[in-house]
Amino acid sequence: MGRGALTSQVTEALPITIRGVTKTYGRVHALDAVDLDIRSGEFMTLLGPSGSGKSTLLMVLAGFTRPDRGSLMFGDREVIRTPPHLRNVGMVFQNYALFPHMTVAGNVGYPLRLRGVPKAEIAERCERTLETVQLGGYGERQIDQLSGGQKQRVALARAIVFEPRILLMDEPLSALDKKLRDRMQIELRHLHEKLGMTTVYVTHDQREALTMSDRIAVINHGRLMQLDTPARIYDRPANRFVADFIGESAFLPVTRLGEAVLHAGLPLTLAEPPPEADRLVLMIRPERVKVASGLAEGNTNRFAATVSDIVYQGDSFLMYATLADGTEVNVRGVVRSTTIAELPTVGSAVMLALEPEDTVLIADTDSGAGTAG
Amino acid sequence: MTAVDLHAEGLRRDAFRERLALFGLCSPALTLIMVILVIPVGWLFYVSFIGADGQFSLENYDRMLTSKSYARIFRTTFEVSLLTTAICILIGYPLAYFLSQMPSRIANLCLITVLLPFWTSLLVRTYAWLVLLQKKGLVNSWAIDLGLWDEPIKIVHNMTGTLIGMVHIMLPFLVLPLYGSMKAIDRDYLRAASNLGASPVRNFWTVFFPLSAPGLFAGSLIVFVLCLGFYVTPAVLGGGKVILVSMKIASNIELFVNWGAASALGVVLLVLTMLILWGAARFLKLEQLTGGGHQ
Repeated sequence: MGRGALTSQVTEALPITIRGVTKTYGRVHALDAVDLDIRSGEFMTLLGPSGSGKSTLLMVLAGFTRPDRGSLMFGDREVIRTPPHLRNVGMVFQNYALFPHMTVAGNVGYPLRLRGVPKAEIAERCERTLETVQLGGYGERQIDQLSGGQKQRVALARAIVFEPRILLMDEPLSALDKKLRDRMQIELRHLHEKLGMTTVYVTHDQREALTMSDRIAVINHGRLMQLDTPARIYDRPANRFVADFIGESAFLPVTRLGEAVLHAGLPLTLAEPPPEADRLVLMIRPERVKVASGLAEGNTNRFAATVSDIVYQGDSFLMYATLADGTEVNVRGVVRSTTIAELPTVGSAVMLALEPEDTVLIADTDSGAGTAG
Repeated sequence: MTAVDLHAEGLRRDAFRERLALFGLCSPALTLIMVILVIPVGWLFYVSFIGADGQFSLENYDRMLTSKSYARIFRTTFEVSLLTTAICILIGYPLAYFLSQMPSRIANLCLITVLLPFWTSLLVRTYAWLVLLQKKGLVNSWAIDLGLWDEPIKIVHNMTGTLIGMVHIMLPFLVLPLYGSMKAIDRDYLRAASNLGASPVRNFWTVFFPLSAPGLFAGSLIVFVLCLGFYVTPAVLGGGKVILVSMKIASNIELFVNWGAASALGVVLLVLTMLILWGAARFLKLEQLTGGGHQ
């Protein structure tokens, strides 16, 4: 089991193939026939609100939750019935689950001791792995002497020291304060690039998912909502749930008339054809919509609105605007010393402008799997 | 600049008054402890140093050191206590483990059955065992009917009966703290060990058992210390064949009306118990230093 062959830091990663995995609790589908392909060496994030089934899926991958049915392949090995201790995957737990009755070195060396690695090699590999997570020399510390961030690193070291080819992480940064979390996100990302193991990361924090992932699987009600790159997930959400869950957005009703799509009776200029769906909505992200100066600029789509409030937020301002039909649209703009003076006043009428590329129509559904990226 | 009153004196007085009020709340309990604990124990010490002639003397302690019967009584007491504790661990640990792995609702139901004997009088339970274990009792007649043994065997009025009764009485004292400490073990520790490659057996011995050890230790200590001074059950089920320190104290008073000898025994038992507790506390602290204790 990955013993000895340590010439390179990069371990050979494994792809994960999930087919038809279903888990019900009573009548609730925690996982509803989930199909998912995770590529070898990929950083895949399972993103969803609490209770969406993302953690259940991770528990199925680790072997702690037994699904009702389904197939799970690590490489070409079927593991759905393999007990957790024989799966050889690393895992970082949400609360770290560091053994309180062992030192840091005891914790990190634990998987190596179980694998019968010689003592001298255990010490050497522990220290090297601790250095990888920037905790060199911490081996003799007790777990309760560590800060949250240090515990997080030890948990990570313990999960990678035996060079598993798959690494699972269950909201590992949720207990850290924001600054540390931001730094750890980058560190985890670098570590992933260095070690190259297939990584499955669970989070409910969309920003974290967007920052770290190669691809994101958005999950809700035990189903895959969309599987795509962060940019595609943000810019081209497959359905209303994804658009709503990730980022801020306003939804404007539109009607389809033949080839054209109308909002408030006026046709929209689109950069790409609208998706095939019976009902569509127009998604407006606050940072993509602008306040238009008087004259018409190019072929932007325009919406007349009234300013209901303006909030100054230091680096930006947030304008709450109300369209004629009562829909609320938020507009975020960068604050520069020149723009402050030009901000419209509350109650004034403004024209909102949206470039055709930012005029995104999405299927008005809360379900259904999206396109594979 | 005018000086602002910083109220240093007043604030200090407030703090003092608060402490005083707290002490006032404690005083009934403190008084009670003084009256029913400190004074009687002090009296016990005093009486133990009074000889048969009413003068100060060490004869009560001297007798304990020289007389063979006293040595035997102390040995029996420790033997019975150790055996009871050991059997309680053998029965109680798997029981507590089983309960801790059950869903809470079932575990609570099972706990009630463990606790039920607690609410029955000690004497009733002890005599019930006497009825069950006697020569023509339920246990013997059933065992003979089932062919387990041919002749009624002696399982009461001896060490066996004493141990059966004491284990039964003591079991909840072990199971309750143990169950509590097992319940407090985060399942993620076990999951982590399993994820890292520990088979269920390795998982148990390297993670679960060490984490439950403080609870096991606490429970065993309670059982052992309670056994040292136990009177009713061994007196009834031992049938005079198993003589413990507590019974010797009773006979010293009831038969020989020798308060000095009884007091001395009480003092020795008290001191031994305190020594054991002190040693245990040191051991626990040591364990915490080496990371054995956990919150």
